[in-house]
Amino acid sequence: MQMDQLYQEIILDHYRAPHHHGLREPFQAQVQHVNPVCGDEVTLRVRLADPRDAGSAVVDVSYDGAGCSISQASTSVMTDLVIGRPLPQALEVLDEFTDMVTSRGTKSGDEDALGDAVAFAGVARYPARVKCALLGWMAFKDAATQAVTGSAGAGAASAASADNTPNTFADTNGSDSNSTGGRQ
Amino acid sequence: MVTTLPAESGTAPGPAPMAGAGDSGLLTGPELVAAMRALRDDFPILDRTVRDGKPLVYLDSGATSQRPVSVIDAEQDFLATRNAAVKRGAHQLAEEATDAYEAARERVARFIGAARADEVVFTKNATEALNLVAYAFGNGAAGSRWRLGPGDEVLVTEMEHHANLVPWQQLCQRTGATLRWIEVGDDFRLRLDNLDALLTERTKVLALTHQSNVLGTVNPVAELTAAAHRVGALVVLDACQSVPHQPVDVSALGVDFAAFSGHKMLGPTGIGVLYGRYQLLAEMPPFLTGGSMIEQVFMDHSTFAAPPARFEAGTPMTSQAVALGAAVDYLEHVGMANVAAYEQVLTGHALQRLSGLDGVRLLGPDTVEHRGGAVSFVLDGVHPHDVGQILDDAGIAVRVGHHCAWPLHRKFGVNGSVRASFAAYNTIDEIDALVDGIVAAQRFFGAGVPAGGPAVPVGSVGPVGGGH
Repeated sequence: MQMDQLYQEIILDHYRAPHHHGLREPFQAQVQHVNPVCGDEVTLRVRLADPRDAGSAVVDVSYDGAGCSISQASTSVMTDLVIGRPLPQALEVLDEFTDMVTSRGTKSGDEDALGDAVAFAGVARYPARVKCALLGWMAFKDAATQAVTGSAGAGAASAASADNTPNTFADTNGSDSNSTGGRQ
Repeated sequence: MVTTLPAESGTAPGPAPMAGAGDSGLLTGPELVAAMRALRDDFPILDRTVRDGKPLVYLDSGATSQRPVSVIDAEQDFLATRNAAVKRGAHQLAEEATDAYEAARERVARFIGAARADEVVFTKNATEALNLVAYAFGNGAAGSRWRLGPGDEVLVTEMEHHANLVPWQQLCQRTGATLRWIEVGDDFRLRLDNLDALLTERTKVLALTHQSNVLGTVNPVAELTAAAHRVGALVVLDACQSVPHQPVDVSALGVDFAAFSGHKMLGPTGIGVLYGRYQLLAEMPPFLTGGSMIEQVFMDHSTFAAPPARFEAGTPMTSQAVALGAAVDYLEHVGMANVAAYEQVLTGHALQRLSGLDGVRLLGPDTVEHRGGAVSFVLDGVHPHDVGQILDDAGIAVRVGHHCAWPLHRKFGVNGSVRASFAAYNTIDEIDALVDGIVAAQRFFGAGVPAGGPAVPVGSVGPVGGGH
């Protein structure tokens, strides 16, 4: 496989100029996810229109972190895809993306559903990079879940602080096994 | 000292005699380079291609080394002719298997300068060996040196592999002892200026690495051991990156324990070694318990066997131990002085070439003095994982990430690095290929990649300006 097929221009563009980058207020949940293999990390915040409603829209996803081109670009593309969508739809996109990058190259991805994210299809051929591609997506899933479940009895949204316990991200197939910890 | 082994207890034939070696066996200059290049024929995996036909350039021996045919054959030969459970069984196969297993122990003991074979304990890997010792320090009778408690201290260094850090953290959490560490300076060496404040009569254990798996730094083990012994502390040495690459004599160093793994010294996975001074092993409480490690067993209590059996509970790794013996034979045949001299040539070349590249920062001393062949670096504007990807596409195998030394990377403000690590079968040409690959990675990703690129200071999780 040629490197310019893995590192498609759209990936490099997002890497050089990531969308929605930086941490913003307000938010209902913040998580920190770490890839223990390489030390990369992302801190990510989610703001839903109404966290008491699991079907409400994703209003904002903001993030900061350190990582490789694949993880940074993948997180950037993810924010483009989920912001503005109802949460259930956003999670459907996430499932589609996870399915593609864990397929070992057998699935090229549905461009209608994934948009720019189909550029990451080549990642599936390199098992060591799958975790990179999923780092931000899993953080979003975790944060969105916490935003909904945490809204039941939690106080002010902005009370979520930065002292969360880092989650580990150890599941290559991208299941939700890492969705513990986070907002206390 | 251990006597030389009878020929029939040996393993598959070793390599042909070293061409050009004098009576001392020491080689220099072009003869050294030629002899080492010839070693490549003993490693079949080095002939293969990767990633669409590119010759494999294997620069990841610090993670795991490749195995010569004699080691591969030794394991196969044992399984094909002598396989049985050792130290039990009233039959000839069990006898032969036990002889082969114990012969491997004798070879390893001789190789590292142990006073007797019983000072060598076989473990699953070096990590288990280190855990065995760390666990023992919390598991003895109250009042003994094997029962640390509040007020006691364990001293480690900031350059430890997680395997020689986390077990000590756990020990301190279990016992109430305090963990301290020697910092690493900007010269990538231990800061010993305040050693007197760190190493005191409260210190019960000094656990340190012989050679950093990231920096390549070789620590002054004999001096630190002497200092530790003056305050009554025991010394546990992580020798994973030294035993495969330089002559190591544990008796001369004076350390009390040393751990290393088979697979980093041309041997198999699944086998590691704990060396311990016999007197200490004899008084040390067990770690894993069960079969083979007992003296007598009653329904309500048991007594334990003498070392090393006390620390080898259950059916041991047998073919792996035998093949480790073959790896020792191979290294002794090449000569550890030759290995060290040649790897120094490789390392010197790598340091010189990498130092000459713009945008490359070495994580480790830039000269070969007291330094081994683990060469780590970061590139301005290119994340280590992306560098590794481009190198991999050219057939060059390196390690990327924190190399199980996360605190050390954090110390130098990076999440990870690229590491090239050498063995005697590597060549100057391969290092030149690495340099070409690094330049290619720089070109591919261009210069000046903004936030999110490599070498982003750790702790950058707080709110920052950038972004859209």
